[in-house]
Amino acid sequence: MGLFGKIIAKITGAVHTSSAGWDELEISLLESDLGPALSAEIISAARSARAENASEAIISVLRAALSRKNREILQSQSGPTVILVVGVNGTGKTTSVAKLAHYLSEKERTVVMAAGDTFRAAAVDQLRTWGERLDIEVVHGADKADPASVAFDAVQQGLARKADYIIIDTAGRLHNKSDLISELGKVKRVIEKVLPVQEILLVIDATTGQNGLVQAKVFAEAVDVSGIIVTKLDGSARGGIALAIEKGLDIPIKFVGNGEAVTDFAPFDPEIYLPTLL
Amino acid sequence: MFDSLTQKFSGVLASLRSKGKISTSDVEKTCQEIHQALLESDVALSVVNEFIEIVRTRSLAALGEFQSGTNQASAIFEIINAALVEILGNQARRVRFAKNPPTVIMLAGLQGAGKTTLAGKLAKYFADQGNTPLLVASDLQRPNAVTQLQVVGENIGIPVFAPEPGNGVGDPVKVARDGVSFAKAKLHNMVIVDTAGRLGVDAPLMKEAKSIADAINPNEILFVVDAMIGQDAVKTAQAFLDGVGFDGVVLTKLDGDARGGAALSIAHMTKRPIMFVSNGEKVDDFDIFYPERMASRILGMGDVATLAEQAKKAIDGDVAAKMESKFASGEDFTLEDFLEQLQALSKMGSMSKMLAMLPGGAQMKKQIANVDDGEIIRTQAIVQSMTPLERRDPKVLNGSRRARIAKGAGRAVSDVNSLVERFAQAQKVMRQMRNGGTPQGISGMGLPGGMGMPAMKSGANKPANTGKKKSKSGNPAKRALEERG
Repeated sequence: MGLFGKIIAKITGAVHTSSAGWDELEISLLESDLGPALSAEIISAARSARAENASEAIISVLRAALSRKNREILQSQSGPTVILVVGVNGTGKTTSVAKLAHYLSEKERTVVMAAGDTFRAAAVDQLRTWGERLDIEVVHGADKADPASVAFDAVQQGLARKADYIIIDTAGRLHNKSDLISELGKVKRVIEKVLPVQEILLVIDATTGQNGLVQAKVFAEAVDVSGIIVTKLDGSARGGIALAIEKGLDIPIKFVGNGEAVTDFAPFDPEIYLPTLL
Repeated sequence: MFDSLTQKFSGVLASLRSKGKISTSDVEKTCQEIHQALLESDVALSVVNEFIEIVRTRSLAALGEFQSGTNQASAIFEIINAALVEILGNQARRVRFAKNPPTVIMLAGLQGAGKTTLAGKLAKYFADQGNTPLLVASDLQRPNAVTQLQVVGENIGIPVFAPEPGNGVGDPVKVARDGVSFAKAKLHNMVIVDTAGRLGVDAPLMKEAKSIADAINPNEILFVVDAMIGQDAVKTAQAFLDGVGFDGVVLTKLDGDARGGAALSIAHMTKRPIMFVSNGEKVDDFDIFYPERMASRILGMGDVATLAEQAKKAIDGDVAAKMESKFASGEDFTLEDFLEQLQALSKMGSMSKMLAMLPGGAQMKKQIANVDDGEIIRTQAIVQSMTPLERRDPKVLNGSRRARIAKGAGRAVSDVNSLVERFAQAQKVMRQMRNGGTPQGISGMGLPGGMGMPAMKSGANKPANTGKKKSKSGNPAKRALEERG
């Protein structure tokens, strides 16, 4: 934490913040996983702003770096809204699917979840357990079924049930496995035979380092990622990589997961998130 | 893995090599570049600073002592390499087995680090060495983590102790304790305890992990960490060290392209060795961690030692011996032998993974990504479509035979022709080698259709061999032709 810098800034105002103070603040940004280049850029912009308070100057620079895109879920004009949830292994996709479904059903919307992770052992059971707990329908296929066919069935089911949302879980895949990434493209194409996919949410683990940027780039190129869910923000990691992605690729952060309970999930609020990066 | 870091280092070192005499300012510049490269690779700032200080001090000291004629760039390179190995923990450490079995291994780590998958890999690894592990499902938190472990265990044929259904039901401490007693009663010589993922800041769950550790008194507590983790690695590792304590580190998801700086940070800050790495979705994608080899990989020197080991594992001793005696006795290398080798080759894993381990692999990344592993299968199909006679004596292959083979393999006749032609060339090279030619090094096995396998045995223990391979061709036959000029 740039404690030293903050104290100095509080006492003297940013105009008088020493360069050691600024260095401390830069280290703090670096330790939030914003990355060396972006951290340096933000500090230099904040310095040249010559504001009263260094921390506030930095936060306003960060605020300006945010995407101007809509952070709400993009709605379908007619019929169910289809949401595809993607990401590398172990970021919390299945949990996020359940949390998002719960969040939407709390708003009196009907939701269907699809257990599209047919690869990881027992991932289907994991989502089905969530479905039972939350009383939300889960569509699943046979063991090791083709994920595209599960997604297809789910969309048809959702259509038949007149569901408001269809949320599709997918298997975790590392972005450098090109065959797995193209499989994701196939899942999307197959869904689109029935309904357009409104929203593709990339799940990013808050503990992720600079590799997150590469992940986001590859997924965005493959399937048009429209939003980010940052998970595990309740730990000691501050998740600066999400902001680096938002700024670098203009993909808005839409939701944050910050706990193990299904209610530990909320729309992204920059005013809560940004100050934690310092 | 570590690819981007490797590329950065390669760049830094290339610019250093271009200089004959290295000045103090060159050292400073190199240090600055390494500083940036490490930060971009998620190495913790404090570790970066310490590392740079070591490199700077040693390099500057060395500058004064350089004799004329010393390759100064190489000397600096050596200093960086040694510092990397030091930070990565010097020696590879093996699991400590209990004097009175069972040996108890407990896994701990953040959510999503890959503990359950790793539990299976670890069990398989030790079972393959003749141990009788028991998996214990103490992750009663995450929905269906217990089922996941049961499925994993079933797939690899390892028993799983899972008395509680999980999903928040049951006492993980009791399950762990009962698991160990169960293993004792059933004479398992090893117990691997999977636990729930937890955050370093989650005091109650950290306490629970500690209670499990206290109850079963493990021989090894392994901290499982995702290679993609960022600057938080150090904080989290420290929290686990203080909260539960651990003896070794396992890095997972190393098959991604993470720069893996976390590995450096954690090993350095906690002084606990990285013991294993997990690098793929298959249960065998798992290996012992070797600091020297990892340093070589980071510096773009390749990882020939691992490659050679995999070759040894894949090629059955008998096959290798047979091949050698055949080679020595002057018998001809036939397509049947070739088929055996191809099969061994595909057992070693994907071609792209192997190529990436060769020196300079990082620079060839693009080309490697385009290597078609299917080529081996297609080549196998062609050979398998031949009759035994044809395999032993390709000379009988007339037009109609070739057409039949092509049809059988589902390939074009031209594919058959080119295979036969390459094979004839390779046979020729083999004869020349026997008559005192230069044996091809390990890189000769590079591309499908290359016939360099017999040379692999000699190449295996001499990584230096590969240093002089400058040829563009992965085909030893072609290369031999090039070399003869």
